[in-house]
Amino acid sequence: MADLSIDFCGVKSPNPFWLASAPPANSGFQVNKAFEAGWGGAVWKTIGAPVLNVSNRYGAWHYNGQRMLAINNVELISDRPLEVNLREIAEVKRNWPGRAVIVSAMVESTPEAWRDIIHKIEDTGADAIELNYGCPHGMSERGMGAAVGQVPEYCEQITRWVMEAAKIPIIVKLTPNVASVVPPAHAAVRAGANALSLINTINSICGVDLDTFEISPNIGGKGGHGGYAGPAVKPVALNMLSSLGTDAAIKIPISGMGGISTWKDAAEFLLLGATSLQVCTAVMHYGFRIIEDLCDGLSNWMDAKGFKTIPELVGKSLTRISDFKDLDLSFRAVARIDEAKCIKCNMCYVACNDTAHQCIDLIRDGALVEPYSYEVSSNGRQEAVGMRPQPKVREDDCVGCRLCYNICPVDDCIRMVELPPLRPAITWDQLSSENRIVTEDWEAMKQYREKMGIHIH
Amino acid sequence: MHDRLAEHYPPLTRHEALVEADRCIYCYDAPCTHACPTHIDIPKFIKKIATDNVSGSARAIFDSNLMGATCARVCPVQELCEGACVLNSEHKPIMIGRLQRYAMDHAYSTGQLPFQASVSKTSSVAVVGAGPAGLSCAGELARRGYPVTVYEKRSLAGGLSTYGIIGLREPVPVALAEAGLIERLGVKLATGQELGSNLKWDDLRKRHDAVFLAVGLGATPDLGIPGEEQILDGLQYIEQSKVDSNGGPRIGRHVVVIGAGNTAIDCATIAKRLGAETVTMVYRRTDHEMTAYPHEYDFIKKEGVEFRFLTQPTAVNIVDGQVTGLTCQRIMLGTADQSGRPTPIAIAGSEFVLDADQIVKAIGQKKPSLAAQIGIATDQGYIRVTKQLETSVPGVYAGGDAIRARGAASTVMAVQDGKLAAQAIDAHLESKHG
Repeated sequence: MADLSIDFCGVKSPNPFWLASAPPANSGFQVNKAFEAGWGGAVWKTIGAPVLNVSNRYGAWHYNGQRMLAINNVELISDRPLEVNLREIAEVKRNWPGRAVIVSAMVESTPEAWRDIIHKIEDTGADAIELNYGCPHGMSERGMGAAVGQVPEYCEQITRWVMEAAKIPIIVKLTPNVASVVPPAHAAVRAGANALSLINTINSICGVDLDTFEISPNIGGKGGHGGYAGPAVKPVALNMLSSLGTDAAIKIPISGMGGISTWKDAAEFLLLGATSLQVCTAVMHYGFRIIEDLCDGLSNWMDAKGFKTIPELVGKSLTRISDFKDLDLSFRAVARIDEAKCIKCNMCYVACNDTAHQCIDLIRDGALVEPYSYEVSSNGRQEAVGMRPQPKVREDDCVGCRLCYNICPVDDCIRMVELPPLRPAITWDQLSSENRIVTEDWEAMKQYREKMGIHIH
Repeated sequence: MHDRLAEHYPPLTRHEALVEADRCIYCYDAPCTHACPTHIDIPKFIKKIATDNVSGSARAIFDSNLMGATCARVCPVQELCEGACVLNSEHKPIMIGRLQRYAMDHAYSTGQLPFQASVSKTSSVAVVGAGPAGLSCAGELARRGYPVTVYEKRSLAGGLSTYGIIGLREPVPVALAEAGLIERLGVKLATGQELGSNLKWDDLRKRHDAVFLAVGLGATPDLGIPGEEQILDGLQYIEQSKVDSNGGPRIGRHVVVIGAGNTAIDCATIAKRLGAETVTMVYRRTDHEMTAYPHEYDFIKKEGVEFRFLTQPTAVNIVDGQVTGLTCQRIMLGTADQSGRPTPIAIAGSEFVLDADQIVKAIGQKKPSLAAQIGIATDQGYIRVTKQLETSVPGVYAGGDAIRARGAASTVMAVQDGKLAAQAIDAHLESKHG
């Protein structure tokens, strides 16, 4: 059985799964309960400046009957008294010495305020501190949270204050509400941070009530942007994670989060460079019990793939991340439909025909069939099923866009099949250095395509 | 109506409907739409349910089928839309019928009309018969701006939907509301008007520019066995269970139902649910040849009804004017006859008696007698029509059961007949009057 334990900048955890700094990690009661369920660690909900909360706090995005593909919130940092939080943190750490207890902090932007909170947290015996530079609502209006994370200079300055005061590891949590997370990450590295974590929540408005025209959630007739999280944000998080993982200047460990709901999500974050993983929305949806399959599924997958420890797989897919200019333009894949599995819903046909490259045909008895071409007198199950044409890909015309593959409702029915390249391998970067005019002039491009036999459909 | 004959399926809750609608893949050129005789754009109406546009969903159904509330309940969906659903690949087709009912229930609860009708044509059309074919045709003609009068011999409109389909599949108020909808589209409904009796064919022809005959079929045919006068007509049995003010049909303790079609199943269900101790269905062929749909057969077996296949009645046993049993003989199946089904051959000396105090027959319906009265051509006893549903008399059209020698899905086929006939009548009158 795989060893799931991690060492994250000196913080040890029996598995890589931590509660993210959020409502599930708001109290000793909750963190204790989570540790009983098996969570490897918890990042305590941010403590620091005094706040008051509002209701309603959470919006959500549901889609096609699936609840909460994303949640959004306008909840602030912990509204419980600082000394209560500190006392409970100390109790939890004392009771669970083998689990990672990290405390998220956010105070006003003065060296004194930061020094004070760092010392108070260190007195609890906590393993590390996460600097919340990401909260996108409320706190940012007061010059904290994302207001810091969005400006690399502030990020660097505050991190320096903290590093001067801190004896335990410091994790800088980054906001995704920036054009690139790399500059603030560099700022944290320059200031000496021990680790990074991302992503915090994304600015969002979840919806408008079509009866009252109020923003959802409604707070006394008003509403505003809140932090967006949950399964829907995972691809955004993976991109930001990999942008740090592929950056040569960033050598400190990264705690990844943003939509992790299953062990599969977890494995992807690890493969793209996360060493520890934080979870919030999935826990808010299903409770602490999900830790069991997060660990069990990850462990079984690691066994199946021959990984014995987490570090063996951390960042393993980062070498696969590439800029567009370095992709092989000669690589060729086409869609192929497994007719034995095809249920003839024609979803691939309409997608390809309306919005892609018109290279899927409907075929019956070897002949092309137009949709809706049956007689008005034709009806009944047998005729409808018996006359149903088969979608077929004209592979010579298929550009390999993969839209049909993505749409097909049947697992493994459409496969993207790699075909031998028709031309020597070349990247856009190579092309623009070897044959620059082709990349700048349409007439030259035309001649190049004719020479290379590239047909645009 | 008796509680035990109340509608079998409850309406879908909003949540059930949304879950089911979201499950629909939204096939393009969908096989369910092809399979529906009226070609309702099914993925369209289902996705409108999913987006909470239920009135739009109902409109999408009405665009193809004005009898959507009846069809949602009585269509043999396993043989039609649901049978063609691509999700049969996973043995869980979408519940199209029940989703259609969800949209129709919404339309009827809000009073939504399929379209805003107004008379814009001068030619008028008579429809004879207020069953599904007649009402469909009348509504479709109203859509095109024609003044239409529907003549119905019974006191209630709806035809077999009102009188002939067991209430647990379609309650009477559903059928009457549907007729009411057609009236709200401006169609005149004249009940108690029987062609050849108080309604004269010549008068009708003079009064109207075109006629659509949707007269259905007749009573249950004779078996030609001694004591037949003691056998109850299955359609009357169902009718009494639906609209009888005397509390429904008298139910025997030991009931035998002759026949194995869907009407026979309805009769057996009524007998069993209203108190018969035993109900036995007698059919001269086997379950392979029976005309009841497989899902109906499954249903009635669960009701606890017994089947006697390869059994042919030969006489009704009567003692002191009371039915005591049905004498039957055993049958073996021979080679295929004209209908393609094996010929039943009686086995000599195989007579036996089924104890019964009530016998009901449901072995089809007599062919329409009207055709001969008004002088239009027939085909095997059914009204002969062209592909455009025109009879041998120009300007006179026909549809529904009266033109269909034998067929599955008769309600929805009748609705489609009405729709197609309306199109043909419109073209005919336009060409005549310009």
